[in-house]
Amino acid sequence: MVESRLVRMILRVATAFVMAFLYLPLVVLGLYAFNESKLGAWPPTGLTLKWFGEAAANPAIQTAFINSLIAASCATLIALILGTLAALAVQRHNFFGKNAVSFLFVLPIALPGVITGIALQSTFKLFGVGLGLGTIVIAHATFCVVVAYNNIVARMRRLPRSPEEASADLGADALTTFRRITYPALRTALLSGGLLAFALSFDEVIVTLFAAGAGTKTIPVWIFNAMQRPNELPVVNVVALVLVGLSIIPVWIAQRVSGGEAARGGRY
Amino acid sequence: MKRLQLLVAIAGLALIVTACGGSTASTEPSGKPAGWLDAVGEGEGALNLIIWEGYAERGAVDPAYDWVTPFETATGCKVSTTSMTDSANGVQLLQSGEYDGGSFSGDASVRLMKAGDVAPVNVSLLSNYANVFSGLKDKAHNSLDGVPYGVPHGRGANVLMWNSDVVTTPPTSWDPVWEGGSAYKGKISVYDSSIYIADAAIHLMATQPALGITDPYQLNDAQFAAAIALLEAQRDNGAVYWGTAADQITSFASGDLVVGTTWQYQANMLASEPKVKIATTLPAEGSTGWSDTWMMATKAKHPNCMYLWMDHMMSAQANGQATVWFGEAPTSQAACDYAETISPGHCEQFHATDEAYFEKVWYWSTPQADCADADAATSCKDQDAWVEAWTTLRGN
Amino acid sequence: MTLIRRLVQWFSRRPRAALSAQLAGPFGWILLIYLGSLFVLLLHAFWVKDSFTGKVEPFVWTLEAFGQVLGNPVYLTIALRTILIATLVTLTDALLALPIAYYMSRVASPRTRAILLVGITMPLWASYLVKVYAWRTILQGNGLLSWLLGPLGIDGPGLSEIWSTWLVLSYLWLPYMILPIFAGLERIPNSLLEASVDLGGSAGMTFRRVILPQLLPALAAGSIFTFSLSLGDYIVPDLVSDAKFIGNVIYDNSALGNFPVAAAFSILPVVIMLIYLLLARRAGAFESL
Repeated sequence: MVESRLVRMILRVATAFVMAFLYLPLVVLGLYAFNESKLGAWPPTGLTLKWFGEAAANPAIQTAFINSLIAASCATLIALILGTLAALAVQRHNFFGKNAVSFLFVLPIALPGVITGIALQSTFKLFGVGLGLGTIVIAHATFCVVVAYNNIVARMRRLPRSPEEASADLGADALTTFRRITYPALRTALLSGGLLAFALSFDEVIVTLFAAGAGTKTIPVWIFNAMQRPNELPVVNVVALVLVGLSIIPVWIAQRVSGGEAARGGRY
Repeated sequence: MKRLQLLVAIAGLALIVTACGGSTASTEPSGKPAGWLDAVGEGEGALNLIIWEGYAERGAVDPAYDWVTPFETATGCKVSTTSMTDSANGVQLLQSGEYDGGSFSGDASVRLMKAGDVAPVNVSLLSNYANVFSGLKDKAHNSLDGVPYGVPHGRGANVLMWNSDVVTTPPTSWDPVWEGGSAYKGKISVYDSSIYIADAAIHLMATQPALGITDPYQLNDAQFAAAIALLEAQRDNGAVYWGTAADQITSFASGDLVVGTTWQYQANMLASEPKVKIATTLPAEGSTGWSDTWMMATKAKHPNCMYLWMDHMMSAQANGQATVWFGEAPTSQAACDYAETISPGHCEQFHATDEAYFEKVWYWSTPQADCADADAATSCKDQDAWVEAWTTLRGN
Repeated sequence: MTLIRRLVQWFSRRPRAALSAQLAGPFGWILLIYLGSLFVLLLHAFWVKDSFTGKVEPFVWTLEAFGQVLGNPVYLTIALRTILIATLVTLTDALLALPIAYYMSRVASPRTRAILLVGITMPLWASYLVKVYAWRTILQGNGLLSWLLGPLGIDGPGLSEIWSTWLVLSYLWLPYMILPIFAGLERIPNSLLEASVDLGGSAGMTFRRVILPQLLPALAAGSIFTFSLSLGDYIVPDLVSDAKFIGNVIYDNSALGNFPVAAAFSILPVVIMLIYLLLARRAGAFESL
């Protein structure tokens, strides 16, 4: 240990402070899910479970949830396929414009979402493409590809090439090499990339507001609209609380499958 | 060769995207305006509306106020709504082509009619239209060349609201949000839309008559500059701008804001919260207001449902409930009579038949470069200039 | 299955074709859909929206949108304000992230480290909108913050100043800064730090001269997120303040259908981010993403 005891004490305090900071709004949100009053004034006027009942019975929430699941699943699938193809190409080959490709792939998440959103919306409008679940999937897949690509590239940097070369030397074609050598090594990166892409798509609101049409609402779009309606605030908090609770499932699955690595983004 | 194949593949993809997205133009039989219905058929099963928040309740807030569910049950048209933040936003939403219609105020309706975005309405198909007050029919904001383009929903004024625990003497003029605003520094609530410039103009009509403002929506350079100066002073008094009704309600309920301009709707919502005591009034100088019309998009995907909705919203029960809920004047005597049963004195309070009252209320309308008058010599600031000025005001 | 095998064998004899086919999908997607739509947005900057009907007239070329954006100094004010906050947020997050990342990497036991890691990523799963609104209720008059600070006689930032946006934005992107810095610290071998101490370096000197330079790529990587996300955000300024940021100008104009002005103004944040990305790449950020 290089650090002195004083330094370690300071670090412990700083860590506790940061963690408290990170969880403060989540505690407040949890509290308001049980708030008696419909408005967001402090302190909560009383505790009640009635909003949970209202949320469960609300058909708009159910539709929005299903839309979110569909959009996220489709976007993640597209992202994983395209991201793997691109990562394999970039990591295993040298070609003209290779550096440009990496730079290009960062753009969808590096450029502000509002720009991506308005660019997509103005394009869809110009070509007369109707806004709906399809356009949402297109929008989400675009920035999810980056997430998948980054995860897979990061993993591939640590993979030695020798097993693949050996496989080729032993006579296996590209498909077999991929299926038996590369894919198993990439599996956890695919899982973590897929999880991250799914989470990103599920919670995305900025680009989705531009890409969704009138009739299609994902959960974040529903929350955004509901927050503007007086009296729906507690139901919104209930939905958010339930989603945080539900998110434990994929985190737990990832933990079991990959020993924790996938749950933490695949690299840490 | 491979590069060429790649390019061909990409070009093919582009073609597919364009083809899948191509819009279908509907061919109308000649002689009939686009969107005109000769008969109302079966409901199409869905209806997408653009509304002002509070215009389409389904009992979620108060089970007694629900005029959407009976409509859905009777016609099978499932209603889904989007709330607009202001009229310009409403125009944009309708032009997106995703909606069947909506409730539009005068500053949106004229633009939509002239651009052909909304269709003329065959009122002979709507049985409740005959009952509507004649004072609301065939107005400049809901008809073009003598043809009605929508059905009235209700009308009302923008009122002054205050927290009576903090503002102890009930104000009678708009002074607390303008010159008197320093008394409530940082706690003034103002509508976040360029149309609010007209409210400044109305205050100037009373305090600076020398400017010669006759129409708060048609302002020449000098009048406009004076209005902006007034708004800048208000901003420097720490005015807080509300974009959605919920925003303003939360801020008043928490005590963050104590005085400001509002729709009666917010005051009604706050009345149910015991923490704050709210009062409203229409100040002596008069105010801006709105007369809202349900209009159908020319390219509506569910025209039958829209016609059924328009008829429904003129019926006594629906219109009565809707106007009591929001806090505005109903559109027919039958609706007034129904409103009496749920809120006695409602029509009196909102001056439903009092045309003299509405003389002091300037309905939202669109600023035009030609000042919307017959005099070719006058020129005024147009809609774009208003939006630009508001952006500058809010951005600084 | 044999068809696929045939295809694979065909491709394996033509490595260039294989590469092209492999890249065609993802590259084609990004090129067509992403860059294509950015290009369409750029085109909009040269068109204009009709004042009365509110519709954009495509393929009618004019510089009016640029004239409007360049002619009004408020757009510059808004841009500078946004860049200031984005920079402050990045610095704040770096300052907050360093101690906790160092603790996790060097001081904490493996069990604590695992718990902290999960603990830091969990808030990312909570809805962004709801977190922002929770902050609104905390910061509003008579909200939680006033309740806590009241007895001390301090006034909170309230909801009408831009300091609340600095606070909330720093909160939202903090995990995105902690994780790369943690990964960067993990990569610094212990021997390097021990050597520094052996050579007589104090804790501060070790940090400044050994750790920080090694962390530069990680800091750059984290800063891409904090800066970019703050630069374009419009929901946070809308909900917790009265100020207008770059994102608000773009969003408000799109809500009014005024794509030309929104597009003309968008060129600024795009150029800023491109420059930032090139600088970050120089600093090695792309290997640390």
